[in-house]
Amino acid sequence: MPKLTRRSVVKLAAGSAAGLVLGFHLPPREARALETPNDFGSFLNAWLRIAPDDTVTVIVDRAEMGQGVYTALPMLLAEDLGCEWSRVRVVAAPADPVYRNVFLVKEMLSGGQPMGNTANWLVGKLARLFGQQVTGGSSSVRGAYKPLRIAGATARGMLIAAAARRWGVPESECRGEAGVVSHLGGERRLTYGALAAEAAGLRPPKRPNLKQPNEWRLIGQPLPRLDLPAKVDGSAGFGIDVRVQGMLFAAVAACPVFGGTLGRHDPARALAMPGVKAVLPLKDALAVLADNTWRAQQALAAVEIEWTDPPGPLVDSAAIEASLRAALDETGRIAEESGDVAKALAGSVRRLRADYEVPYLAHAAMEPINATARVMPDGVDLWIPTQAQEISAKAAAEAAGTSTDKVRVHTTYLGGGFGRRSEADIATQAVSIAKLAGAPVQVVWSRAEDMRHDFYRPAAACRLEAGLDADGRLLAWQQRLASPSILARIFPPATWIEPDGTAVEGAVKQPYAIANRRVSHTVRSFPVPVGFWRSVGHSYTAFFNECFIDEAAEAAGKDPLAFRLGLLGEAPRQRAVLELAAAKASWGTSLPPGRGRGIALHSSFGSHVALVAEVLVDATGLSVVRVVAAIDCGVIINPDTVAAQVEGSIVFGLTAALYGRISLEGGRVVEQGFDDYPMLKLSEMPVVELHMLESSELPGGVGEPVVPPVAPALCNAIFAATGKRIRRLPVTGQLTA
Amino acid sequence: MKLVVNGTAHELVVEEDMPLLWVLRDVLGLTGTKYGCGVGQCGACTVHVGGEAVRSCVMPATAVEAPVTTIEGLSSDRSHPVQRMWLALQVPQCGYCQSGVIMAAAALLRSTPKPTDADVEAALGNICRCGTYARIREAMRALARA
Ligand code: FES
Ligand code: FES
Repeated sequence: MPKLTRRSVVKLAAGSAAGLVLGFHLPPREARALETPNDFGSFLNAWLRIAPDDTVTVIVDRAEMGQGVYTALPMLLAEDLGCEWSRVRVVAAPADPVYRNVFLVKEMLSGGQPMGNTANWLVGKLARLFGQQVTGGSSSVRGAYKPLRIAGATARGMLIAAAARRWGVPESECRGEAGVVSHLGGERRLTYGALAAEAAGLRPPKRPNLKQPNEWRLIGQPLPRLDLPAKVDGSAGFGIDVRVQGMLFAAVAACPVFGGTLGRHDPARALAMPGVKAVLPLKDALAVLADNTWRAQQALAAVEIEWTDPPGPLVDSAAIEASLRAALDETGRIAEESGDVAKALAGSVRRLRADYEVPYLAHAAMEPINATARVMPDGVDLWIPTQAQEISAKAAAEAAGTSTDKVRVHTTYLGGGFGRRSEADIATQAVSIAKLAGAPVQVVWSRAEDMRHDFYRPAAACRLEAGLDADGRLLAWQQRLASPSILARIFPPATWIEPDGTAVEGAVKQPYAIANRRVSHTVRSFPVPVGFWRSVGHSYTAFFNECFIDEAAEAAGKDPLAFRLGLLGEAPRQRAVLELAAAKASWGTSLPPGRGRGIALHSSFGSHVALVAEVLVDATGLSVVRVVAAIDCGVIINPDTVAAQVEGSIVFGLTAALYGRISLEGGRVVEQGFDDYPMLKLSEMPVVELHMLESSELPGGVGEPVVPPVAPALCNAIFAATGKRIRRLPVTGQLTA
Repeated sequence: MKLVVNGTAHELVVEEDMPLLWVLRDVLGLTGTKYGCGVGQCGACTVHVGGEAVRSCVMPATAVEAPVTTIEGLSSDRSHPVQRMWLALQVPQCGYCQSGVIMAAAALLRSTPKPTDADVEAALGNICRCGTYARIREAMRALARA
């Protein structure tokens, strides 16, 4: 990397002034979006093609995994393009640097704090250089909010310019709307389709004319999702549905102990089975190829495989948990500090302390991990349900022994992602197998393989201490966290100066005003891969913090809602969602015996969420009756999508809180399916009520922010109903006498 | 063996224990029916056999004696009431489980046109990892009223 001097910064700035946000300085033809079929028409920029028949093709550079980006992102572009919504269709973007997730890197580098112009620009530049094309961090809409509207407005400007030229009139007398450029009173009109080819050759306007919010026709509307028709008739193409001429189907088993390798195995029995084409040894796994998936799976099961365990002790859950608990006795690295916690704790009238813990969790997306690869002399094709196109391309190139630009990544629909599909292990595996096989190969993992070779949500432990004054005011908050580090695996430099931000997020930058606070973290590493799991560190810090706030309220003799509100003087958005959720849930009214309400508040990914859960605990056990949610996620692009994400997140959060636990024995994951890693079902679904705050703030994320407050709302409700504090997840097994 | 799928008869030679799921997906190319677990736990593979909802991953194709309907054969134009209601209420998220849920729902409505919540919960034990249950429940209530 060239050293950034002051002069080179100035030079860079001058060189890229025009295309600052968008990379419009990259002519679209340089983007691999060119790989979209030609009849999609002319490129107006890397996200947009318009065909002569007025079809508007939006090239979506984020993965559709159920969260609705194939609708929300086109809505943003179409809004400022001013086209007919009915003419919009979507294609998945190829892997290309132009589609990098600048927003996500910016947020990581800035810690979500506002930056000055120069810092903003510099970080953006770095992000474009070193970022990745990734769908994650609830960043798709947040990152696209400005760029895609600008992309639309820029294209509209070019279409207007093309029409004005043809008519020999000033551009200022023309307008573009509903897919048509018209002049003055509208005597002269040309459709976008008729102008696109000409417009594509024009210079993009320097100052694209963005619509004002009061002119919006699409943003804010509950438009039906563009991908849903194909999802009710079986035609939506997921990774597992890819069919390539001459392809073979592979079943794989990797060494059940992480880091182990393939040992002795006898392929003879498998090779004798019908339809079996090959038994291919990889370093850490065995693949069996056949003419259909089932035959491959059967033949794989017929091979007796010896595995070679990695050196070192084989971990199990008890040892991991003990190690994490022991780490709570260490101070750890400071993640956040203000005031003097030790002094404040010593001087407080009432002190309380509690230890919490959570286990590893698997993603368990419904579509098992899979990819289809074809390795040809001229390059590699990879069909993959991925959240990370560039990382997949790089992995594929390495496996094939070629360069990344020789890899074509075809992103399919994702049958769930939740962070799991930001890993490229399957790209490596599928390409390695296809290369060895000399034929296109689809690798589909069994459910057990998927469950046992995940990148798990880290297990974590936490010790919380609080000090109250004589009036029950919260004076001091000390929090020690211990967990494995995701960034230590993925990007170690991010942990050099400060503790892993993904491990402490949600514990730091609390909205509550507490004068003396300290949050610290200790890394404990185990031979268990860890990764991003929907809401990442927030998924446990919200549980720790919002349950302990409840404990503090109890110690102070105050109502949990009133206690929180008393600490939220400086946090109006958090206050508003909390008050709204409480009001809608009739907080404070009495409930029959066995019932209880719990409240929780959490901010993450730019959104603020409060939940009130109501539970019933009786002789038959625990049931979650109702969850009332209030969310402030800034400007809402598609309210129906927001609602769906809230509903889904509550299920996701309840599943984890009630049942989720990945355990280890002898270095291997024990759980293998939905029987020992259960999912919430329809019969357990509580009534969900959602209230969205109107807001003109920048959009917040919605894919993740509702997951974190679910567990604490639930556990606080259990306390209200039973008097029992749940300090360890999952809840299962803790409520029986 | 002979297998009638979506009204078309097929003459097939497959192993005696090969599950219907894989015959549909990998032999007949009907990929709308999904693999989620392969052991009868999730319902992603649900199809109709003789009008009844069946988890095709645990049903050997050779044991199938009645005509099979898959999501592709439920209607030719998404006009089945369940499909229409699913679109009206925007039920799917990732969509992966939905073929199975829709087939289970269609079978239930055929045998029980006005199902109660309890009927629906009993018949739709499908796993949806995206958590579309609130909308599934709403959609089934609306269909039961229709
Ligand atoms: S795939 Fe058949 S029940 Fe899961
Ligand atoms: S919609 Fe994704 S699993 Fe049900």
